[in-house]
Amino acid sequence: MDDPIPVFEGPVCPLPLKNNTTIVMGHGSGGLMTHTLIKDVFQKYFNNQFINAGNDFANIPISGSLSNGKISISTDAHIISPIFFPGGDIGRLSICGTVNDVSMSGAIPLYITASFILEEGLSISDLEKIVVSMQVSAEEAGVEIVAGDTKVVEKGKGDGIFISTTGIGWLPDNIAIRGDLAQPGDIILISGTIGDHGIAVLSARGDLGFETDLISDVAPLNHLIQSLLREIPEIHVLRDPTRGGLATTLNEIAKQSNMGMEIFDELIPINSTVQNACEMLGFDPLYVANEGKVVVILPAKYKNKAIELMRNNQYGKNTTAIGEIVSTHPGRVVLKTSFGTTRMLEMMAGEMLPRIC
Amino acid sequence: MNKTSDFSKSFRDSNLVQGVVAEIKKITTQNWVLMEICGGQTHAIMQYGLDQLLPQQIELVHGPGCPVCVTPLDQIDRAHAIAKLPEVIFCSFGDMLRVPGSEVDLFTLRARGAQIRVVYSPLDAVKIAQENPDKQVVFFAIGFETTVPANASSVLQANAMGIKNFSILVSQVRVPPAMHAILSSPHSRVQAFLAAGHVCAVMGYWEYHPLASQYKIPIIVTGFEPLDLLQGILLSVRQLEQKQSIVENAYSRAVVEKGNQAAQKIIEQVFEPCDRNWRGIGKIPQSGLGLREEFSFYDAENRFQVGHIQTREHEICIAGEILQGLKKPFDCPAFGTLCSPTNPLGAPMVSSEGACNAYFRFSKSNNS
Amino acid sequence: MCLGIPGKIIQIEDSIGMKMAKIDFGGVIRSACIEAIPDAKVGDYTIIHAGFALNILSEEEAMETLLLLQEIADLNEELSVNEQDI
Repeated sequence: MDDPIPVFEGPVCPLPLKNNTTIVMGHGSGGLMTHTLIKDVFQKYFNNQFINAGNDFANIPISGSLSNGKISISTDAHIISPIFFPGGDIGRLSICGTVNDVSMSGAIPLYITASFILEEGLSISDLEKIVVSMQVSAEEAGVEIVAGDTKVVEKGKGDGIFISTTGIGWLPDNIAIRGDLAQPGDIILISGTIGDHGIAVLSARGDLGFETDLISDVAPLNHLIQSLLREIPEIHVLRDPTRGGLATTLNEIAKQSNMGMEIFDELIPINSTVQNACEMLGFDPLYVANEGKVVVILPAKYKNKAIELMRNNQYGKNTTAIGEIVSTHPGRVVLKTSFGTTRMLEMMAGEMLPRIC
Repeated sequence: MNKTSDFSKSFRDSNLVQGVVAEIKKITTQNWVLMEICGGQTHAIMQYGLDQLLPQQIELVHGPGCPVCVTPLDQIDRAHAIAKLPEVIFCSFGDMLRVPGSEVDLFTLRARGAQIRVVYSPLDAVKIAQENPDKQVVFFAIGFETTVPANASSVLQANAMGIKNFSILVSQVRVPPAMHAILSSPHSRVQAFLAAGHVCAVMGYWEYHPLASQYKIPIIVTGFEPLDLLQGILLSVRQLEQKQSIVENAYSRAVVEKGNQAAQKIIEQVFEPCDRNWRGIGKIPQSGLGLREEFSFYDAENRFQVGHIQTREHEICIAGEILQGLKKPFDCPAFGTLCSPTNPLGAPMVSSEGACNAYFRFSKSNNS
Repeated sequence: MCLGIPGKIIQIEDSIGMKMAKIDFGGVIRSACIEAIPDAKVGDYTIIHAGFALNILSEEEAMETLLLLQEIADLNEELSVNEQDI
């Protein structure tokens, strides 16, 4: 996977340590320990012809020619604490996150690369669990993990594990889905309840001392999206509201499209536990991260069909229409309350913090 | 039905809201200026757009009800100086992290390596002290009387458990002296007060009777849900229209006249009234609550000699006049230009309940 | 200054120097200090602010307030209906 580069940082133990239970600096040296780690963990679970070949590259076929489609590519880095949380782990998060990013263009995700930065002291059994989770998620999404890299940093210089993933997909020419394509009259759909991931992780982290039964919504959405694309001839925008939450994502699209949005507060699906946790801490669920939801913006005439199709998918059961695109107040998202009053929904500014006021 | 919902969600019912709004419109015959003095209430008014429902004649002014906004600059600078010390883990409510001191804010200090942690409760800071015996854990004890019992119990718990590496930096303020200060100002336009419901849950509202009769203004103990706020406004306007000026309780499910005497005892055990500077307003006598002598061991100001604090308010910031309701954020030359939520010059622009921050977000919606 | 929401006491526990309880905010569980509500029982509802219980909520008063507001709403609905008839 990586050319062994001599590292002269001091005396090097000539004998590789056997029977490690934790990651040590030697695992990143590129020598025998690295190769053993790759064989015993990565190749064992990412079991496909590309990884098994053991090259520094993967030559992958794309069925379809570049004259009637494009390669769609996306990259992401994943840092999360704790690395295992209710509903998932950093491994599932990294695969689903990148599968979803590629899918948001309407492309079919095919291949993923994954590079790991491991902190000295990370338990190898934890690493294994994460790798298994990545493979399970990849199989669910129907993608292959074809190339990767591993580095090790000293204890204290990495939060257990960082994963960077790049996803490659195929986008046929007849599909045009982008953030600047929203049109007045378009309907805005959300595929389910918002804020689940952010609150589940915060709860698991323990810093604010609360417990819930919530689980993260982390999930690959490519099948749901493809089922929509097969039946609905015209979809304008797809985006997953990850960090910054639904409000930030809607703002991004409003600005890219130079359109206004009117969102109806009472229509936004929110799990009552998420609502209560937010009220207790002083958070707004509209700004809390999601990892398994998609915003779909499409012409009004396809609204009911789209909702039906999305609700047929396990990850879209609570799909709801929450608002529409308007030509007034371009670039701005206005929230209408159940009392008929309005307020501006801004992009998230900085970090969301619990408050006493 | 879930009772947690009964106590909050029932007080958001849109039919009832419409009914109360109709009643307010029916009885309002002239202009009235009402002040609320609680950041939580400002937030709720903005969140639900309640001021959009009121007749034009009613003006809602936001008073100095946000402890973030009124914490004096020198105390913030002191907090920053303590947070920078390598042996200190500095714990704070989230509200304070973005408040600019003379130089920086706690966020920036964290980026530079200071150990700063956000806590939900002061008792969590005591736990952190217990878990980190080789560090000094300092909790930034800000707040009005609502928060004071929680702050007091952190000291009591640390004391009972023999935890010596815990201390608090105090900047607590009392509402009645602030109301006096606002009402006694010759420029005051306030004609009625919505009293902060949770402050009253602790302290009761018996202290407000002399205020109501001295200044001839109605004072309504008000909660935080849309119906609570509208009911508070309704009762204020009703009294104003009838030229009455008494104290009424519109948050009776949570507040009784005497307040919570057990909570008051906890406060009195640990704290005593003292003079306090309010940022932008100046010194208001006996408006603060400081540690009693017997608990001075837990006073971070004693424990950490951080030297002379040089404070420097931004020259243009008119936070003081805004906090007293004398000027509106629009009156400030820097509003929306030099000063905005992403680049705040003063506290009312930082806190999401600060008047300037709320106006900034609301005014953009209004103009659309 | 007053972010406090109602929660139900589900368990009372004594910790050193402090009477604590587990509070359920509708699926969110957090512990809080109940020193200021010594008569509180499991099943009572309380407003929690910064991990501290401020009071015991009165269901009776809540119902009374809602009834009062309902009367105001009904009266105004009648009036607006009557206005339309005129």
